Amino acid sequence: MQHFYFDHNATTPVAPEVLETMVSCLGQVYGNASSIHYFGQAAKQKLEAARRQVAALIHASPTEVVFTSGGTEADNLAVLGTVRPAGRPSHLIISAIEHPAVLAAAAQLEREGVSVTRLPVSADGTVDPEDVRRALRPETVLVSIMHANNELGMVQPIAEISRIAHEAGVLVHSDGVQALGKIAVDVNALGVDLYSMSGHKLYAPKGVGALYVRKGTKLAPVAFGGHHERDRRPGTENVPCIVALGAACELAGRRIAEESERLASLRDRLESSVLGRIPGTGVNGGLANRTPNTTNIYFDSVDGEAMVIALDLRGFAVSTGSACSSGAITPSHVLTALGLSADRARSSLRFSLGRSTTVEQVDALVDALESSVAHLRRISVHA
Amino acid sequence: MSGGVDSSTVAGLLVRQGHKIVGMTMQLWNQRRLPELVPESSGHGRCCSLDDVYDARRVAEQVGIPYYVVNFEQQFEDQVVRPFVEEYLAGRTPVPCTLCNNYIKFDRFLEMADAVGAHHIATGHYARVRFDEASGRYQLLRARDGSKDQTYFLFGLTQKQLARTLFPLGDMVKPEVRELARGMDLAVASKGDSQEICFVPNGDYAAFMSAYLKDKGIEPQATRGEIVTTDGRTIGEHQGIHHFTVGQRKGLGIAAKDPLYVISTDPQTQRVVVGGNDDLLCGQFVVRQMNWISIAGVTSPVHAQVKIRNKHAGAAATLHATADPTTVEVVFDEPQRAVTPGQGAVFYDGDLVLGGGWIG
Repeated sequence: MQHFYFDHNATTPVAPEVLETMVSCLGQVYGNASSIHYFGQAAKQKLEAARRQVAALIHASPTEVVFTSGGTEADNLAVLGTVRPAGRPSHLIISAIEHPAVLAAAAQLEREGVSVTRLPVSADGTVDPEDVRRALRPETVLVSIMHANNELGMVQPIAEISRIAHEAGVLVHSDGVQALGKIAVDVNALGVDLYSMSGHKLYAPKGVGALYVRKGTKLAPVAFGGHHERDRRPGTENVPCIVALGAACELAGRRIAEESERLASLRDRLESSVLGRIPGTGVNGGLANRTPNTTNIYFDSVDGEAMVIALDLRGFAVSTGSACSSGAITPSHVLTALGLSADRARSSLRFSLGRSTTVEQVDALVDALESSVAHLRRISVHA
Repeated sequence: MSGGVDSSTVAGLLVRQGHKIVGMTMQLWNQRRLPELVPESSGHGRCCSLDDVYDARRVAEQVGIPYYVVNFEQQFEDQVVRPFVEEYLAGRTPVPCTLCNNYIKFDRFLEMADAVGAHHIATGHYARVRFDEASGRYQLLRARDGSKDQTYFLFGLTQKQLARTLFPLGDMVKPEVRELARGMDLAVASKGDSQEICFVPNGDYAAFMSAYLKDKGIEPQATRGEIVTTDGRTIGEHQGIHHFTVGQRKGLGIAAKDPLYVISTDPQTQRVVVGGNDDLLCGQFVVRQMNWISIAGVTSPVHAQVKIRNKHAGAAATLHATADPTTVEVVFDEPQRAVTPGQGAVFYDGDLVLGGGWIG
C-alpha cells in the first residue's frame, strides 16, 4: 500500500540536499568546535557558516543566533531565561493557543511565583493586540505569542504586539517553529526580541533548533556547563545537525516564494473539494493570514480519532488534536480556545501539506475522505 | 490489547490463523489525574500505564499488525468511574468491570471497530461464545479454565454484541496461553496477571474514592455516620459508608466478643448496620435490569446456579418471573451469605450463562 503524508506540521522528511550536506559533515568533520587545533577549527567554521545561513533567513545578525536541541528547548530558554532573573513580583503574558513548550514553561514559572496571563483568541484564531495592551502590568517581563499556530496555521499580529509591548519596555518572544520556511520571517519587521526555530519542521533532522536573541537582550541560561553559544547554551555543539539546519534554512529561503504559492493552491484545492463534495464540513479558524500549507476542517458528526485511524489504514496520514504520551488523542486546546464545542473539536482534522505533496495526492485524499466520512456517518446513525 | 499476556496472545493467534487484524489499546484512565494514589515505583499492573502501552505496541510490532491507542477516557469516567463512586455513596457495592464491558469494551470499542471497517472484535477474556441453531441465539458459556472464567462480568452482553465478539482463549487454560505466548516469543509471555479493578491502585478503593471526591471538590467527611447494631444500638462512628461493603469484618474499629460484620449501609441516615454472621444470610432477593443471553427469559420457575459475586461458587436457586419483565426473583435452596446490593447476579445452567442482572 502507498502511504501519503499530510502531516508536515508534525514533522517533515529531511530534504535530500540537507541530508547530503549533513552526512558529509557527519563523516568528515568530527572535531569539537571548541578545540583550538585544525580539527576543532574545521568544525567551528561549519558551525559559524550554519549560523550565518540561519541568521540570513530571518534577517538577523549571526551573533544573535543560539543553537539548541530544538523548538522546545528554544521556547524554554526564551521564557525561563528572561522571566526567572527578573525577580518578583513578575508577570508573563502568553496566549491560550501556544505550543505545550510555552504553556508548560509558563506553568512552571507560575509554580515559582510568577503570575501568568493567558490571552484568549478570537473565533478566527488570532490574538487581539489590544488584549496584550490591556494585560500589561508594571511588573510584566515578557510577552510570548506564537508566530503561526500549528493546528490552524493562523499568523498572529506579532509586529503590532511587539510595538505595544516595547512601548511599555516589555520583551517579546515569538515561537516561530510553524512559520519559518512557510512565510517570510524578518525579526526586525516583527520587532521581536526572541524567536524560536526548529529544524525538523523545516526539512532538517530532529534534535536541532535555534533561538534568535536580539543583541542586548538579557538572557540567563537554563542549563549549566561550558562556555558554548556565548554562555547561553552549554554543551558541545551538534555540528552535523546544525549544518543541516543551516542548509535547510538556505534551501527554504531560495524556495519560499514559489513553494508558498504552490502549497496555497493545493490547500485551496483540498478545501474547496472537501467543502464542495462532503456535506456538513467547514474550515476552522480564519481564512486570511494563514500559513499556506495548513487547513483544519471539521466533519459534522464524525469522530476525528476514528477518522485518523480509518484514513491511516487506507494510507493517508493526517492528524487531530495533539497526541499524549501513550499516543492516544486528546481534545485540542487550540480548537476549544476558538470557542468551538467539544463535539466540533472532536470531529476536526488537520491537514498540513509539504514539498512532497502533489495534486494527485490531494485528489486521492479527497476521495478517501468522502468515502470514510460517508461510512462513519452511516455507522453512527446505527449506533 | 492491554499489554498483558492474554490479549497479546490473542493478537498472535489471530495473525497465525490468517486473519487481517488491527490492534488497539483503550486509554481509559489517566493515572496522573489522582497522583497521590500512584506509588513512585512499578507502573505495571495498573490501568493504562505507559509501560503497558509500550508492551502492547511491542507485541503489535512483533506480530506485524497496525496498532493504535484510542482515547476513551471521557466515556470511561462518565460510564464507569463516576457510577462506581456514586454506587458506593448510595450504599451499594458496584462492579465496575461489568459497566466497562457493557459501555466501553463491547460498545464504544465495537463502534471503533465499525469505524475502521472491522467485522469482529477479539479480546483476551476467558469465556466462550457459540451460536445455537435451535434457539437462534448466541450463547455465552463459562471458560474451560474455571479458575479464570470471566463470564460473571459479561452478563450484560447483548445478542448483537455477542454476534461480533471472539474470545479465542475460552477453550484454553492459562498455562497453555503462556506456553503459546512463549512459543510466539512474545515479550510479555511471563508478565504477571493484572489486578481486579484496573483504575484502583492496590485494590484500595476507599482511598481511590477519597481522592476522586477531593478532586471533584466533594468533602468526603460529609458521609460520616454512626455504626449501629441490628437491634438499633449505636456502638461507634465511621468515616463514610463507602468504606464498607456487606459482609465486611475488617475496619470497623469495634471490639466485640463475637465477630461483627457489616449487614447493610444506609445512604439516607449514613448508618452502617452491623451484626453476627447469621444476620448476613439471605434466602431470596430481587434482580433488576435483567439481560437474558442464552435463553429469551423465564415465564415459569426455572432452576439455575446463581452467582452473587465474582468469587462466589454459585448456589442452587429457583428463578421466578415477576410482573416486570426486567426483574426476576431468586429463591435460594439454602440461604446464602452477604447478598450485596449493587453486585451482579448471574444465572447458569451448567456452563451456559442464562443471563444476569443487578442485585437491587
